[in-house]
Amino acid sequence: MIEFKDVSKTFETKEGTVHAIKDVNLKIENGKIYGIIGYSGAGKTTLIRMLNGLEKPTTGSVDINGVEINRLDAKNLRVQRHKIGMIFQHFNLLWSRTVIENIMFPLEIAGVDRTQRQKKAQELIELVGLSGKEDMYPASLSGGQKQRVGVARALANDPEILLSDEATSALDPETTDEVLDLLLDIKKRLNITIVLITHEMHVIRKICDNVAVLDGGKIIEEGEVLNVFKNPQQPLTKRFVSAEADPSRQETEVVLDELVTKYPDGRIIRLTFHGDQAKLPIVSEMVHEFPEVSLNIIAGNIKQTREGSIGTLYLQITGPTEQLDGSVEFLKNLRVETEVIKDEQ
Amino acid sequence: MSSSSFFNFSSVDWAEMGSATWETIWVTLISVIFTAVIGCLIGLLLFETKDSKSIGVRGINWIVSLFVNVFRSIPYIILIVVLIPFTNSIVHTIVGPVAALPSLILSAAPFFGRIVEMSFREIDQGILEAAEAMGANRWTVIFKVLLPESLPALVSGLTVTAISLVGYTAMAGAIGAGGLGALAYNNGFLQYNGTIIFVATVLIVLFVFFLQWVGDWLVKKIDKRVV
Ligand SMILES: Nc1ncnc2c1ncn2[C@@H]1O[C@H](COP(=O)(O)OP(=O)(O)OP(=O)(O)O)[C@@H](O)[C@H]1O
Ligand SMILES: [Mg+2]
Repeated sequence: MIEFKDVSKTFETKEGTVHAIKDVNLKIENGKIYGIIGYSGAGKTTLIRMLNGLEKPTTGSVDINGVEINRLDAKNLRVQRHKIGMIFQHFNLLWSRTVIENIMFPLEIAGVDRTQRQKKAQELIELVGLSGKEDMYPASLSGGQKQRVGVARALANDPEILLSDEATSALDPETTDEVLDLLLDIKKRLNITIVLITHEMHVIRKICDNVAVLDGGKIIEEGEVLNVFKNPQQPLTKRFVSAEADPSRQETEVVLDELVTKYPDGRIIRLTFHGDQAKLPIVSEMVHEFPEVSLNIIAGNIKQTREGSIGTLYLQITGPTEQLDGSVEFLKNLRVETEVIKDEQ
Repeated sequence: MSSSSFFNFSSVDWAEMGSATWETIWVTLISVIFTAVIGCLIGLLLFETKDSKSIGVRGINWIVSLFVNVFRSIPYIILIVVLIPFTNSIVHTIVGPVAALPSLILSAAPFFGRIVEMSFREIDQGILEAAEAMGANRWTVIFKVLLPESLPALVSGLTVTAISLVGYTAMAGAIGAGGLGALAYNNGFLQYNGTIIFVATVLIVLFVFFLQWVGDWLVKKIDKRVV
């Protein structure tokens, strides 16, 4: 269990005091993938760096399985760090070392003997799928391969926790998914706790069990990923969720505007389906129930999250007002999240 | 005909030329070795003490920095003179090739020290942080990250330093330290023998070319940042 207790962090700069983290309380259970999301400058890096003591809280405490990280002396902190792996946005590999030498580096630091180092590094190379590349230098690897080296290196000392600071932000979407799959696979095999920070909801949806939204140094929302996706509370969370659930949302909005001018009558509604709802013939039932309503499908999509699927559907419905009201009511009764984007004039 | 009247190669004492060349080579090499070691220490000291929170440590930085700046700004020819008592006390002579070593090293080491400091500064901060996050102590960071990661820059910096040392060696030669510089000055310039000046110059130039070539070759071999 990782616990942040009333953690605040301020930086003194020439321009004045920066409150990077404000009164954060957070519990992260062992064996979970915990995502922290926020925009640039929200304090994500500052928060995650407290877990391996690269940053010390100004007030409050950071506790990992009963060890108060911020109170360890330099020597004990170094020992503790052997058990906390970290991967970085820009990989931070040593240029002067080959793949296998990079992976052996943390083992050298921990004082593991040579044959053991070799053996362990070889195992990790296989685990992350880099067999045959052990003697290459980082400069000749692709971004995805570099991050695989980063992951293998982070796992070298059999850590209990893996920290990931925007580990996929420098990668293209496909490579991002590869690395995320690798992290998921590792978590299943090694049952370690992963704390990752990101500014992409996609990353959260794909692999996280829990999520916390960080804004201006504060945690504004927190919970299980599916719950947060289903029912985001804060405007910022809604923004993250909708930007992710429908990346073409902006385009859709343009289409909506066009439709609104083209068909000034009727309503435009957005339906959001969760889990098994996506499999039910809800819309066709609605049409049966209200035969005078005519229907125009504008856009739709379905996304997989770790705990189920989420679908979004944009509809334009026209017809007599009471029938339209009835339709919306009908959908709401079926517990489909229904939002009227454009009402009748 | 006219060229043989300008350059008279029979006037060159080749044995003397050979031993002068050898003197230049070994004086340069020995001072390069000392400069490399002392320069690395200076660079490391400057790098490690720069942004410390402790006033004492920053004080050390200030003193080392002052020493470096002073020795870098004194013209070499004056440095030799200033260092005469010091030279005399450690090598017990103020003439000959050995007497040139202290001043050569003291002028080149601070220069190379700055190059070392700069090379360390160019290392990506993220790499240092990654090592720290793995639980590396300061010495591990120095020997396993700072030095190997900056090695190409250190070698090319040392090449530049070595080449300027060749120039200093020649200058030191002119005031009694032996080598090609001394030969060119004493047997060439003072005796109006253009051929000796010419031959000595060609040899110095060849030596410089050779050093540059070795440096470039080494850098190419150890630099793994380019594919
Ligand atoms: N060492 C520091 N000195 C001064 N201010 C700092 C320092 N580190 C971070 N900050 C400030 O703290 C705030 C949070 O920074 P942090 O790097 O944690 O944000 P982030 O969420 O990781 O952003 P990004 O997505 O851009 O990486 C910012 O306003 C930043 O300027
Ligand atoms: Mg950051």
